[in-house]
Amino acid sequence: MLDVVDLHRRFGGVTALSGVSIAVRQGSITALIGPNGAGKTTAFATIAGFHRPDRGQMRFLGRDITGWRPERIARLGLVRTFQIVQPFGRLSVRDNIAVGAHLHLARRASALTEAEAVARRLGLAADLDKPADTLPIAGRKRLELARALATRPRMLLLDEVMAGLNPAEVAALMPVIREIRDGGVTLLMIEHVMQAVAELAERCIVLAEGRVIATGTVAEVARDPVVVDAYLGEGAAARLADHHAA
Amino acid sequence: MSTALLLSALVGGLANGAVYALVALGLTLIYGVLHIINFAHGSLLMLALYASWILWSALGVSPYVALVLLAPLFFALGYALQRWVIGPAGQGRDANVLLVTLGVSIVIDNLALAVFGPATRTVDIPLATSTIDLGVMYLPLPRLIAFVAALLLSGGLWLLLNRTDLGRAIRAVARESDAARLVGIRVAHIHAVTFGIGTASVAAAACLLLPSFYVSPDAGYAFVLVAFTVVVMGGMGSFPGALLAGLVIGVIESFSGLWFGPSLAPIGIYAAFALVLLFRPTGLFGARA
Amino acid sequence: MTRWGARAGPPLLLMLGALPFAFPSGFVLTTATLLLLTAILGQSWNILGGYGGQSSFGHALFYGTGAFTTALLQVRFGWNAWVAAAAAIGAGTLVGAAAGALVFRQGLRGSYFALVTLAFAEIARVLVASFDITGGGFGLLVPLHRGAASFQFSDPRLPYWIAWTVVLAGVLLTIGIERSRFGARLAAVRENEDAARALGIAPVQVKTVCTAISAGLAATAGVLYLQIFLFIDAANGFGVGVSVQALLAPILGGLATPWGALLGALALRLMAEMVHAVAGGLAGIDLALFGVILILILRFAPGGIAGIRLRRDA
Repeated sequence: MLDVVDLHRRFGGVTALSGVSIAVRQGSITALIGPNGAGKTTAFATIAGFHRPDRGQMRFLGRDITGWRPERIARLGLVRTFQIVQPFGRLSVRDNIAVGAHLHLARRASALTEAEAVARRLGLAADLDKPADTLPIAGRKRLELARALATRPRMLLLDEVMAGLNPAEVAALMPVIREIRDGGVTLLMIEHVMQAVAELAERCIVLAEGRVIATGTVAEVARDPVVVDAYLGEGAAARLADHHAA
Repeated sequence: MSTALLLSALVGGLANGAVYALVALGLTLIYGVLHIINFAHGSLLMLALYASWILWSALGVSPYVALVLLAPLFFALGYALQRWVIGPAGQGRDANVLLVTLGVSIVIDNLALAVFGPATRTVDIPLATSTIDLGVMYLPLPRLIAFVAALLLSGGLWLLLNRTDLGRAIRAVARESDAARLVGIRVAHIHAVTFGIGTASVAAAACLLLPSFYVSPDAGYAFVLVAFTVVVMGGMGSFPGALLAGLVIGVIESFSGLWFGPSLAPIGIYAAFALVLLFRPTGLFGARA
Repeated sequence: MTRWGARAGPPLLLMLGALPFAFPSGFVLTTATLLLLTAILGQSWNILGGYGGQSSFGHALFYGTGAFTTALLQVRFGWNAWVAAAAAIGAGTLVGAAAGALVFRQGLRGSYFALVTLAFAEIARVLVASFDITGGGFGLLVPLHRGAASFQFSDPRLPYWIAWTVVLAGVLLTIGIERSRFGARLAAVRENEDAARALGIAPVQVKTVCTAISAGLAATAGVLYLQIFLFIDAANGFGVGVSVQALLAPILGGLATPWGALLGALALRLMAEMVHAVAGGLAGIDLALFGVILILILRFAPGGIAGIRLRRDA
């Protein structure tokens, strides 16, 4: 569904992505993980068209989307959320979600109805008339998701929707995400909450220092010494192995 | 077109340009630190022109002497404006701040109109009519003084910013106001001080300008867009950039006047301004954004 | 939430509609006509500055384009006034679209947008003042030719009611924008451009269309001014005073509300008359007061008059 090949991106002298390739199958949940500064959010921003890649190619639904503007990519059905939530602050929750719904609904009334339906699905029904600014962080994370979902995307790029949530909120959000997938939306998610990754993702892509260092199931990458080193530092995998052997 | 004509247009343009640079220095300081586009800058210039004119007509004080008196006075005025009017009313939003400074300029311009009437006033000191023979043309002495003063003032501002504790605090606030607050710098105070210095600079410019210029309630407006053009073209917040851009603008104006006629001369400035904003908003001379 | 604007706006507009029955001509009607023109121009600014979040310092560009286009077409080319008016509104809209496309494509916003619009208006002012065909330093005078066919009425109530209808149309236009997909997108772009793009909205396109609509309405105000006074010059058409007038009314009355520009225009006019009564002919004192009010509104009541809450039931 999404095929990213050999993506490169530098900011000034800093290399953020050097040869990242990502393939996501239709109908799957894939997690993009890696230590801080690995380039995950840059990868999302580049795929969604917010940064132009220096090199590499991106295909979505069989079309070459390299160099497209973000709004055009979103209209094709590839929609991102933001790690740092970006609500339309002074608009109500209902109006926020309706903006997303307007992507495929021209009539105001239909978009507002759709917004309510999406809000109900994500547990935001009680907050519909509140200005988005006044929501607590968990609410704003849900709003970010709701708005993207209201566009009826083919694929969602979710950037740490679980971050900052307490364990109960994480537990409540997980079935919602699974439900989104069951509704036919393919998901690629950046996530640090490993419990969520383990329970949701069929496949994991591990990014470190702008490169993909491992792919596989969660269990596979968790055992991969390269991954362990990337998270815990050079030689950590070996020390752990010694520790287990002893 | 004769070489002499071109040459005299060039020198005349440079002389005007020095004045533009002089006026723009305070504006670029205020922009560089506060990121405020101070629309009232021209009005403050006009106010200082009137102050200098009053000192001359009532007490016979030469504008060049008045500078010593007016610079501190306008520092206080600028400090108060930023501390108690522009800062609180702008509420940190870019477009709001611009509207507040527009409001300030409307107030100053129209109060001047109400108090002084629309008449144009000039000072008549012997020095104002002195000229220097450059061979191709006569350069008015006040313009030469303005040119030298622009150099001195920009040098002085540079020293103030780079060689004093106050300057270090100002630069810290300019770069990272949150961090500056954390290390105990009073950000609102520093903002007001910076605005005050910018206003004192414009008062100094007014005193240097008055002998070869005039004052009327709309005298400041003539300089607003020009000063913005200088600031933007020179790279916002850069003193050498402002100096250079001032000269360039002066020459652009002079040549567009030569080619298109005097009534179209300002077109060159406005067009340069729009083009720079549209295509090189970080400035022509590669200064910091 | 009940706000003062929605409560006071409709009866006020009705009263203004009935005003010519009490004052069929003379000072009050002329003042009220100017008030309506200010309200139209203010509504135009409100669409771009309030709903679109783009503060323009050069709305005179669109207003002047309207006034000068219709004047030129009538005076120099002998066009019928109504056809010329339609062409002028079209020209204003086009200038708005072109300016918007140019400026927004280059990514200018905030103060930069304000300054570049001001520069455009100033360029137009200097150009118009420099050529004979546009009246040069004297301005353009449309020959007196009373009659409905030439958009000149001997009864001053008729142009008043035309202006009143345009005010009403402006209010309905903003309500329409509020309740449309375009309005939702405009608000989204105003609040957060990146988030809007992520949801498939093209900000440049939305803001350009918004500028074109706003410019068309400003040009309409310019056309009405010309037809009422049959005269326009560079300062009256493209001067910075026009741009200031355009932004004062909606900021005072309440940004991004349908009734704000009208309430603001009324408040400004009343204050100007009161100052006039107190201070006599002292030039500039009314504008100085407006400047103070602009600062006070920005400081203490960013919602303007229309934003004043009647009840706390949010």
